[in-house]
Parts: sequence; structure tokens; C-alpha cells
Amino acid sequence: MPASALTRAVLLIYGLLVIALLYLPLVSVGFASVSKARYLSFPIKRYSYKWYGEVLESGTVRDLLLTSLSVAAIVTILSVVIAFFGALAFARYDWSYRSTFQKLILLPIFFPQTVLGLALLMWFNALGVIPSWKTAVVAHLVWIAPIATLIVAIRAYSFDPALEEAARDMGANTVTILREITLPLLMPGLVSAGLFAFLLSWGNFPLSLFTTGADSTLPEWLYAKMVSGYSPLVPTLGILSVVGSILLILTAFAFGWLIRTIRDSRAAQH
Amino acid sequence: MQKLNNKLGYLSSLPMLAIFAMAFFAPLIVVALFSIMPPKVFSLSNAPDFSAYAVFFQQGYYKSLLWSLGMALASTLVLLVVCWPLAFGMAKVFKGFTLVLTIAVVMSLFVSENIRLFGWVLTLMKGGLIEGHIRAWTGNGFDSPLYGVPIIISGLVYVYLPFMLFPLAQGISMVPDDARQAAADLGATRWQIFTQIDIPLAAPGIVVGCLLSFVLAAGAVAEAKILGGQAVITIADDIETAFTFGQDWPLGSALSVILIVIIGSLALFGVSRVDLDKIMGRKR
Repeated sequence: MPASALTRAVLLIYGLLVIALLYLPLVSVGFASVSKARYLSFPIKRYSYKWYGEVLESGTVRDLLLTSLSVAAIVTILSVVIAFFGALAFARYDWSYRSTFQKLILLPIFFPQTVLGLALLMWFNALGVIPSWKTAVVAHLVWIAPIATLIVAIRAYSFDPALEEAARDMGANTVTILREITLPLLMPGLVSAGLFAFLLSWGNFPLSLFTTGADSTLPEWLYAKMVSGYSPLVPTLGILSVVGSILLILTAFAFGWLIRTIRDSRAAQH
Repeated sequence: MQKLNNKLGYLSSLPMLAIFAMAFFAPLIVVALFSIMPPKVFSLSNAPDFSAYAVFFQQGYYKSLLWSLGMALASTLVLLVVCWPLAFGMAKVFKGFTLVLTIAVVMSLFVSENIRLFGWVLTLMKGGLIEGHIRAWTGNGFDSPLYGVPIIISGLVYVYLPFMLFPLAQGISMVPDDARQAAADLGATRWQIFTQIDIPLAAPGIVVGCLLSFVLAAGAVAEAKILGGQAVITIADDIETAFTFGQDWPLGSALSVILIVIIGSLALFGVSRVDLDKIMGRKR
């Protein structure tokens, strides 16, 4: 029962409308970041890039970026490692508690992040750990590692276990199989999981709010400025953060394309 | 082979389980213990008492809980209606556009929720993107829709759209085209196909989507704070205030426990009814 041309057109327009609405707030933020006036009001009369200059020169901003970047980088590396093994337990091996494990993994994703952040704060306090950006890494991991696992698991579902079994029959041990067969097959999933992990950690606010202690990440600082009154640096830094994410995604896509092209041309030579 | 599978399964689940034990279950136990401590203490070495739970009823915190649950329910219903045609399009109608839509929606997730909600404030406020331009062109402005319950619900719909859209699209893609075609050939109306074929066969996706968006919306803070101007206080906001300004950890913990129990039982109920292998496309 193929849809009629009219249905198709209406749904297409609806889809475009939804995309437009999703990004409309970012358009406003973008305009606000290049408005010259200290107090924003539309329509914007004079445009200027001076806020970008101020942001780039500010030492506070450099510290914020460094904190956010350290947290996101460490969370990415750890999430990918945990997700590699987690996805095998989730999708590949048939073990007794597989379905319990699958359901367990979903719990932190459902959990309200504000409450999780506060719970961790009390737990760190009970342990006598002073919160800093390092404790925020732990908080991010609880939420991001399960998401990364799900992403790798989708990839793990689609590969043929016969490949691993064949390697085992030929005498390869488990470590060799993981390194030579499983890892390369899961690689695309691991790359997208890493990308997700980095970006989700980079943008996360509710978990960071309670677990970074005296340190502050970029979203935390933006929020503090937002509620304490308008500052022209908020839209500017917000846009810079978004542009950074987009550049990262584009780099990842370009990289993936490059690898595919090289592989294809090699395959063509043989 | 089965024995080896079992051993590898246990071993490879260990890193994740270690994180869970250290940073998920342990904190939850601490929260539960703190919730039965006397008011305003900061250590667990006190005689238990349940006064914090009494405060929940006496000081009207149950109102915040009801607001949170009510707004979560409203936003879930709106999301279901808004996302269904789009999810249907993604699963059955669009071809290349499905990928475009997926990428566009996922990318929006990577922008901090704060910035996106702040963008809505700039868009909708008096003198904002919409009102400012309309007044400049026509001379007449309008009152800002910000700072009320409807805008908070819209904010929830906006932020949690991906969590309804993707499970729903996945669910609808599990409805076989043959079944829809057969029903149509036998003379079923569009409405009959919708209620008797689409909805029952896409049920797992509907359940997951509704559950995710309801649970996430019930624990939300930022929408009410940034868009709602605290016209309504949500339960998560109360929890935050109890910990920060209130300096009352036992009260904050008791409120958390109540929210966790509600959300947790819903999540467990839903998750136990869904076959993840099937939804995520296991072939064997």
C-alpha cells in the first residue's frame, strides 16, 4: 500500500517544519551573539563580532573549556572500553543473566539526572571524596556508558558469530579473537559510540551541576549566567560550543568517508 | 561452547557492573538511608526517623509531584500525536529523507538543553525574535507566551521529542506492509487499519516511547525554570532546593525516594514487557 503523492508531500513538509522548529532557538541565539547592544532586543540594529573577541580572550573561558574538554575526553575513552565489553555481554554471548543485564543497562538512562547527580554528591561526601571535575567523570560515566553500550550493541547484533567460531576452530585463543575479529568488526559502532559519548558529556548539565565541586564546566557556567541576568557572552559562548560540536561531527564523517574510500580503492586493486 | 559463552558473558559484563555498583547502586542506598534521618543532618550516624516523609504531605510537596506527573503526562500525549505522523513517514514513506531527519534530530540532542531553552526565551520573549520583528513590521506587539504552564509543557515536548520519535519509528517499522495491504484489500478503512493493525503491531515502540518521554519529563527541572519562570515548581526542582538552599539532605532524599519509586516501578514494568533483542534487530 504505497502512500499517495499527496500524503508523501504533506509528511515531507511536516518533517521539514519539525526540523525548522528544532533549530529555531539556535537561530535566535546566533543572532543574539552578533548583536552589538549589551541588552538584546530584536530586530537587531547593529551587528558586531566584538563578543567573540571578548570570549576568546577571556581566561575564565579558557579554564571552562579545559575542564569540559578533560571530562569529555576521559569519559569518551572509558565509555568506549566499557561499551565494547558491555555490548558483547548485551548482544553477542548467550549467558545466563543476559536479559537481566540488558534491563539493568536501561535503568540509568531512565533515571532523572538531577537526582542521580545529588545522590552521587551524597555518596562522595559519605566516602570523604572532595568533588572536582574527576568526580564529574564518574557521574557522566554512569549515564553515558550505558548509552554507548546500546550503540555498540546494535552493531554487535549484526555480525555473524560463525566468524569467531571459525577462528576458534583454527586454534585462536579468546584474546586473539577479540583483537583480530571482534574489534575490527565492531569498530564503526565504537567510533559512533565515542562520538556520542564525547558530545553528550560536552553538553551535559544536570550531572555536572552537583558533581564538579569548585570546578565548572561550560554548560554550568552558561546556566549560572542565564539565571543571574542576561550577558552577551552567553549566546556567544553557546554558539561557539555548538560550532565546536558540528565541526567534530563533520570531522568524524569525513574521516569515515576517507577510510571507506581507501579501503574500496585497495579492494579494487586486488 | 555454551560453557565458554557463559564465562565470556560474565567477564565482559564486569566493567559495566563495576561502574553500576560503585556509582549507581551505592549512591541510591545512601539516598534511601538519608531519607530516614532526622531533619538537617549531614551524616548517617543518627537514629532513624521518618519525619522527612511526613513533611512531604504537610508542606505541600505532593503538589509539586502532581504538577510534575501531570505535565509529564500531558507532554507525553502531545508527543504521541505530534510524533506519530513523522514516525510513520520515517518508517514507511520517506526514503532518503529518513536519514536527513534522523541526523537533524540526533544533532539537536548534542546541544546542551540549557542553550536550546535559552534560545526559546530569546525567540518568544517580549522584544524577542518573533515579537520584536512583528512589532517592527506591523506596529503591534503581543504578550509573551513565556512563564506559564502551557509553555512548560511545550518545552518538555520540544526537549523530549527524540525520545518519542525514534522508538515510535522503530515500532512502526515492525508493522509488516503485507498486513496493512491485506487489511486494505479486505475493505478496511484507514481508521480500521490504524486502530487494528498499526497500533497493536507497533505497540512495543509505543510503550518504550511513552515510557521514556514520561519518565524523563517527570524528572525535568530546566523547562519549568527557564521557560516557566517558576510559575510552577516541579518535584525535581524541590529536591534541588532542599539540597542547596534548604541544606536539608534528609528532606531532599525523601523527596528523591518518592520520585525514584514512582519512576522506577514504571520503568521496570515497561522494560520487563519489551523484548530488547527483537526491537534492536537481533537476527538469530
